[in-house]
Amino acid sequence: MSAATAKAKKGAPAAKPAAEKKAARIEHPGLLDVRDLKAYFRLSAGWVKAVDGISFTLEPGESLGLAGESGCGKTTAATALIKLLPENGRIVSGEVLFDGINLAKRTEFGMSKIRWKEISMIFQGAMNALNPVKEVGDQIIEPIRLHDNIGEKAALARAKELFELVGINPKRIGEYPHQMSGGMRQRAMIAMALACNPRLVIGDEPTTALDVMVQAQILELIEKLREELDLSFILISHDLSVMAETCDKGVIMYAGRVVESGSVEQIFNNAEHPYTRRLIKSFPNIHEKREMVSSIPGDPPNLLYPPPGCNFSPRCERCFEPCTSVEPQLTEIEPGHFVSCHLFGVPDQATQDAASADVAATDAHLAAALEAEAQ
Amino acid sequence: MSSTVTPPADAPAAAAPSGKTGRVCPEDLQKAQTGGSLFDLHDLQVHFPIQQGFFKSMVATQKKYVHALDGIDLQIARGEILALVGESGCGKTTLGRTLLRLEKSTGGTALYKGLPLNKFSEKALREYRKKAQIIFQDPYNAINPKQTIFDIVAEPLLVNQVVHSEKEKEARVIKALEESGLRPARDYLFRYPHELSGGQRQRVCIAGAVVLGPDLIVADEPVASLDVSIRNDILKLMVAQKETLGVTYIFITHDLSLAWVISDRIAVMYLGKIVEIGETEEVVKNPRHPYTKALISVIPVPDPTKKRERIILKGETPNPIDLPTGCRFHPRCPECMDICKEQTPTDIHLGGNHYAACLRLP
Repeated sequence: MSAATAKAKKGAPAAKPAAEKKAARIEHPGLLDVRDLKAYFRLSAGWVKAVDGISFTLEPGESLGLAGESGCGKTTAATALIKLLPENGRIVSGEVLFDGINLAKRTEFGMSKIRWKEISMIFQGAMNALNPVKEVGDQIIEPIRLHDNIGEKAALARAKELFELVGINPKRIGEYPHQMSGGMRQRAMIAMALACNPRLVIGDEPTTALDVMVQAQILELIEKLREELDLSFILISHDLSVMAETCDKGVIMYAGRVVESGSVEQIFNNAEHPYTRRLIKSFPNIHEKREMVSSIPGDPPNLLYPPPGCNFSPRCERCFEPCTSVEPQLTEIEPGHFVSCHLFGVPDQATQDAASADVAATDAHLAAALEAEAQ
Repeated sequence: MSSTVTPPADAPAAAAPSGKTGRVCPEDLQKAQTGGSLFDLHDLQVHFPIQQGFFKSMVATQKKYVHALDGIDLQIARGEILALVGESGCGKTTLGRTLLRLEKSTGGTALYKGLPLNKFSEKALREYRKKAQIIFQDPYNAINPKQTIFDIVAEPLLVNQVVHSEKEKEARVIKALEESGLRPARDYLFRYPHELSGGQRQRVCIAGAVVLGPDLIVADEPVASLDVSIRNDILKLMVAQKETLGVTYIFITHDLSLAWVISDRIAVMYLGKIVEIGETEEVVKNPRHPYTKALISVIPVPDPTKKRERIILKGETPNPIDLPTGCRFHPRCPECMDICKEQTPTDIHLGGNHYAACLRLP
């Protein structure tokens, strides 16, 4: 753990002179590099392993879809990225390298400089995410004035600009959320997310609970803005078809782990993990034969007591011996295409030992943290 | 709408109820016709008056209404799955509720097996409730968390006083649970809802609906709150019940792709009217109304290699209080002509069971 910290600190651009700093940023392989991130929730019964070691990378200007069923940890993963976990949540281990800076180790104060200025978020359910007793315009001005040192008038002008950008009449800047329709509110949320020109926007189910047509409008808007503003985008969605249409890359999660990741073409046309295959098939495709596939039998595991080995093994039709005892590792089966399944090779003894040592270390760390808290 | 839809010859024959003052008695229901369609709706309207303040109601020249349903012509056959599709506020739920007589129509006629729904007496309604059931969207809130599965499913039997012994009650509950795919049913009887998963809960809701042996089940977004991986089994169950129990399902959804999977016919609604109706395959593969075309074009497809032309309509559904003149879709229609602003389109027969209401159609 401490070795990782030292490495991150050494790699942090803050330690370098300004000119070099800029060069280092360009050289960095990706905008966002998440490495083996683990975020757990503490309950009285123990630790819920909501996000249990996920890894993915995001290049500048790319859009990535984080998909999975409810309870698979996709929202936890997103909130962990910007350290907005609820009070009982904790990043246990792993790194979130944003432009070379490890966000997982950053202080609350340090994060406040990053949030909204560099990474912003469109929250789920625009109905509830906006403050009902404040004018929408004021809510957009707030982050602008907080981050960019400008006066109220200039901020208001910027807010109006943003309204125009997302397709709302700027005259409506003084309205309250209840005066707007659902789609309009979602647009206002997007305007808010763009307020400080962030480089990365995370959309947490930005179109769920909207009408089909409004959903299409919002997705089109997001696509347009991505192109215009050269944004990187992480789309969190349970709807794989939305991901197929809007993203370049996809990450499929199941029970807190990544089961498959790659380009959307690789995932949709060449899915290898049994779960991904079944999940994609579950979505009706009106351009293909009309048929009803069977559901995946069983339920997702209780993450308080995850099953040994692969989390999907109890529901998997191709489960074999090592699945129920050895945890699979993400393996690259073709360039950029990662699968976490024993069908593509069981990790050798050394890797297994390393993984179990890692788990033991995490457990010890958690136990120590609990003890420290108790005292 | 009504001009081209000819009522079937045998339908309105029984529209003369025997009771006093023209009310429909329970006996009429028992004698009701066994052939023909289950429901016949002609120019059905449901308008809700808008609550106004005292002063406004004094000054206002006319009372305003929400036109939830405005001229629905529809025949629903026995044992079919009819999907009602449209954006929120198009009246699909109101139509479902009107079929259940949870809402009283304010104009037009709605016949159930030839009997006018609006004229049902109290007793006849009670009889009718056994025949028409509903499944709600959210199985987490639709069932009582303090009751056992047995009590939940048995409740309709008790309320309607259709069972006379404990033994009979148990037998019927078990039968309903097994018909709903909870096997072996005895394992579930004395469990509580919190012990079940979302899919199993929805099955309990379905069991509660089928336990009385209904003709009609209105399913209002029954899988919207379920995970994709378990959705299909619920849909399959509904199709199986249609086939084995002969239940007519009204499947209300905003998701055309779900309707495509499950239904026999699709009715696309917009602002209180059916704009297009036909066999599922026909409507999805060969949509004729611009609204249907747009709805189908925006369905996300789980295949990144297929890039389609999306027809994205501007704005949102207008409010159903002050309706647009002429064709009510014209303000958003990408194919709008001048005439659309004045003339109301009628249903055009496009062969088979396929109808659409658009002035562009021949």
